[in-house]
Amino acid sequence: MHRILIFLLGLAAAPWAFGADGAALYSRHCAACHGDTGNGGIGVPLALPSFQASIDDDYLRRTIRHGRPGRVMPAFLALPTEDVEAIVARVRSWSKAPRMRYPDIPVTGDAKRGRKLYDAHCAGCHGAKGEGGHGTGITLSRPRALPVMAPALNNEGFLVSATDTLIKEILMRGRAGTPMESFLKQGLAERDIDDIVSYLRGLQKGTALPASTEAPVLVVESPYDLKTTVENVKRAVSSNNFLLIREQGLDFGLVPEGREDRSRHIVYFCNFQFLNEALGVDPRVGMFLPFRITVVEERGKVRLMAYNPRRLLPMFNNQELKDLADELTRRTLAILEESTL
Amino acid sequence: MRLRALIAAAFVALAPAAPAAPAAAQDLMIARSAQPFPEAMTALQAAIAARGYTISRVQRVDVGLENRGYKTDKYRVVFYGKPEEVARLAAAYPDLIPFLPLSVAIFAEEDETILVTTNPALYAGMFPQPELKPVFARWEQDLVAIMEGVRKAGHAWLGPEP
Ligand code: HEC
Ligand code: HEC
Repeated sequence: MHRILIFLLGLAAAPWAFGADGAALYSRHCAACHGDTGNGGIGVPLALPSFQASIDDDYLRRTIRHGRPGRVMPAFLALPTEDVEAIVARVRSWSKAPRMRYPDIPVTGDAKRGRKLYDAHCAGCHGAKGEGGHGTGITLSRPRALPVMAPALNNEGFLVSATDTLIKEILMRGRAGTPMESFLKQGLAERDIDDIVSYLRGLQKGTALPASTEAPVLVVESPYDLKTTVENVKRAVSSNNFLLIREQGLDFGLVPEGREDRSRHIVYFCNFQFLNEALGVDPRVGMFLPFRITVVEERGKVRLMAYNPRRLLPMFNNQELKDLADELTRRTLAILEESTL
Repeated sequence: MRLRALIAAAFVALAPAAPAAPAAAQDLMIARSAQPFPEAMTALQAAIAARGYTISRVQRVDVGLENRGYKTDKYRVVFYGKPEEVARLAAAYPDLIPFLPLSVAIFAEEDETILVTTNPALYAGMFPQPELKPVFARWEQDLVAIMEGVRKAGHAWLGPEP
């Protein structure tokens, strides 16, 4: 009995046994994008000393909770508070410097003047409306143009997370090791910086992707039998500028060859230019590849089915995918329609 | 008596380490493996099989792209399912068909590897039939274990698999 107890307590003391083990939690929730040691991947390198010097714990806490709506970084709403604290401690463990605090005291300046200064000094990287650099910093399997993308400053998550004094500090000091330089060193006065902070505070917030209420599946009935419908789909695929990749039963590879259920037939197709563009914007979309239409025969009725890209869009939290999702939905509907004419 | 209370306390301390962590559900499950692509791919296929699924096919997205002159690192999509489950769900809930079989995207980032898949918990919002709830919950649990398994294959310090 005693031995069991000691064993159990021993288990509980092992670092991985605690819910709030910061290293493990960080690795699970953050490392995919920010790198295991905060070295970056997509998103900014969190271990960078100049980053650590220009933020405080509250900025991290709020960023974890609010994310960056529409800019890939998810909002971790459901994480227990102790897990958030453990992750903050993990991120802070990369810095040996004393932790700063940037209290929530308003910086007052002339926002109108700030706007002019912003247009002249910042818009080139952060966008005319503060919408951030294009590509969202997502590169992953892609060739990388810039080591770090300019973040969105009109982002609700950023504006909620950063106090005025924190933003001011970033502009005064810059972030050494990134393209973001100190604007004091670039010749702006402290008053100019106050004006820019006031302007940023009033920026019109970027649009987050709203949850979609559209149906998850696009379905049309076919007046033809299954075989004719499949042939129609293949024809419609190529007349809509897609390439037929393969066709197979839904249960291909799951049941022995030759035993597939013939009433559920998948037609896979692709347009490599479109695909390349989509993966360039966000390589995470790949799990829905290749595009497909499934032809299903049920009680004498033949139906064509495809997932609805617009319904799947919000899960990626990437506003730059919106046009591509609209385009893919439009093209899928065109194929469905043409196949059942 | 006191001993039993202590044992109970030890279990409480262990509880947060439970792998399912559905309370922390994100729409996407995304994991980084410190292993290079070939090792991570082997670990992924082993982890999927270990949860009782059959791998039906691997789509080599990178090969298609490269054949057409586009630059990309290794990029594959692994499809998997349980034969009877896929047949049963497709018959009873045809709207699920476009999402079957399940899939995980796996791709290289330099000498590391990234895995991405939809969190099946998300499907519960799309397909509200109560009978499907436990199915999605099980898929989610399995996927958490699969993703953790692959991650930990490259991170000895994270402790044993869940
Ligand atoms: C799916 C990818 C992804 C995940 C997962 C992710 N992030 Fe991010 N994160 C990003 C991106 C992308 C940005 C930059 C947003 C922008 O460009 O506007 C960012 C920004 C941030 C910032 C602001 C950086 C700055 O310069 O001020 C912090 C802090 C941060 N993330 C911390 C975390 C932590 C901690 C976690 C885990 C709890 C996490 N992130 C999970 C992608 C991610
Ligand atoms: C040469 C391009 C460039 C210019 C010009 C530039 N920035 Fe940046 N800025 C960046 C990059 C890149 C980062 C991310 C740095 C990092 O990784 O921490 C950044 C970070 C920031 C941040 C921190 C936000 C966050 O989420 O990390 C603020 C605030 C900011 N810039 C404001 C400004 C303002 C205001 C100006 C004009 C006075 C400006 N920047 C000019 C490239 C630029």
